[in-house]
Amino acid sequence: MSEAKYTFVQGNTACAEGALYAGCDFFGGYPITPSTEVAEHMSDMLPRRGGKFIQMEDEIASLGAVIGAALAGSKAMTATSGPGFSLMQELIGYACIAEVPCVIVDVMRGGPSTGLPTSPAQSDLLQAKWGTHGDHPAIALIPNSVEEMFTETVRAFNIAEYFRTPVIILGDEIIGHMREKIRIPAPGELEVINRKLPDGDGVCRLPYRADGKNPACLPNFGKGRFHVTGLNHDGSGFPTMDPSIVQGSNARIIDKVYHQRELIDKVEKIQCDDAEILFLAVGSAARAAEEAVAVLRSQGVRAGLFRPVTLWPFPKKEFRAAAERSKFVVVPEMNLGQLRTVAERMIDESKHPIVPVNLVNGEPLDPEFILDSIKKCCLK
Amino acid sequence: MKYEVRFSGSGGQGVITASVILGTAAALHDGKNVIQSQSYGPEARGGATKADVIISDGKILYPKAIHVDYLVSLTQKAANKFIKTIKKGGTVIIDGDFVELPDSPDYKIYRLPMTSNAMAKFNRTTTLNVIAVGAFAEMAGLVSAEAIKKAVLENSPKGFEEMNIASLELGRDLARAAKKG
Repeated sequence: MSEAKYTFVQGNTACAEGALYAGCDFFGGYPITPSTEVAEHMSDMLPRRGGKFIQMEDEIASLGAVIGAALAGSKAMTATSGPGFSLMQELIGYACIAEVPCVIVDVMRGGPSTGLPTSPAQSDLLQAKWGTHGDHPAIALIPNSVEEMFTETVRAFNIAEYFRTPVIILGDEIIGHMREKIRIPAPGELEVINRKLPDGDGVCRLPYRADGKNPACLPNFGKGRFHVTGLNHDGSGFPTMDPSIVQGSNARIIDKVYHQRELIDKVEKIQCDDAEILFLAVGSAARAAEEAVAVLRSQGVRAGLFRPVTLWPFPKKEFRAAAERSKFVVVPEMNLGQLRTVAERMIDESKHPIVPVNLVNGEPLDPEFILDSIKKCCLK
Repeated sequence: MKYEVRFSGSGGQGVITASVILGTAAALHDGKNVIQSQSYGPEARGGATKADVIISDGKILYPKAIHVDYLVSLTQKAANKFIKTIKKGGTVIIDGDFVELPDSPDYKIYRLPMTSNAMAKFNRTTTLNVIAVGAFAEMAGLVSAEAIKKAVLENSPKGFEEMNIASLELGRDLARAAKKG
């Protein structure tokens, strides 16, 4: 493939295509609705390109395989849904502390537990940030179209490789399963970032000796001698309990992400400048909100949409600025208020009352439901 | 203009494939803005499945169909479930051999003998979904004949191309006959 091409595919297929574009050469996973098409497409495509696909016995082993492959030099990913994402949480923490780049796709469905396997929900917004234990960096991207499932997956690999940390893509059943026409760019058109490796012959005995806010710089497995562990470690990678080292390294794995946000931050603002009714929405709920904005604007109501494409780290400054002139901040979401709890911490509710719009019945959140829900409180 | 088309039936009948054929035709070959989506239960077969295609000249924001302009139903269960989603003045196409819906001032209804014709022509009903696509294409005129044909071929397993094209034509013939009344 040397030219751009157009294709009509599901969001999940676009996600897999994005991974391939970014150079992903390893997939380890365990199929689960509504994410299975990601694995299906990778199982078809990877072997043809000399990559590896492996179906593991469960989601814990899946992320274990992904981390192993990544340490060996692969660009590696897995895909799952809420229940499997829960099983992966421990190893997400491992990948954070051991600084292993990997991409984890969570195509969200109704829950908790087996819940509504084939129905849409936005049940894991907070699990993506707080699911694993301990202080850790959390990066989660949340596409709202088939095209973004492609481009955000490329971006997820770039961020993972640059910062040597796990990056989560939060799809949902609607975005994952719907089909839209997308343009797959020609190779070279989108930037693809590869992880930094030690200079010279690649041999490195102190891979974790990173300064200040930088990621560690590990050679790929087989080059140099180093140690990888989930215990707190020093520059050599071997365990340490030295308080001065532990304090610094725990801070560093977070600082490296939070102080270099240019690669990570991404927000879409639609008619926010003069918005009195500001919607805060992500993923498929944001598409319903965008239509609600269009309807309200056609009625002369000043409405706007603030959509974090990167959900974590949350774009606090930009959201506060967008909410500054709002009379109401409406938060439509397919859960019982996960994004709302974030908004509550960001703005003064006495000045900008937050209006929750929540749906958890397995049906998609639609624009009419949003408009009906806010009629009484926001519209005179 | 924006149109919402809903194919419905039982899981396994190829309702989703029908919508993918229509979506591919409109999006890739006719250059329209299109979103195809589906919903089904945890079971692989049975139930009432629906698959929607939104075809628009403008940008499509909300990706799901809400008030459908065209409803195609291949089973009674699906027809009963989804008839309430038809827009006033919409068009309903059903397999007249198995499905019955009352006449209504709210919609136009066409009862096409799809199953009996499929049995007569192919001695099987495997391509009922493609017949439905042909019938819809003829009724609605939203997608070009060439685009639909290409999309059917692209979505046909090897060896079934001819039968699928014949099914598409059969669907068109049934729709033409029904329109004449």
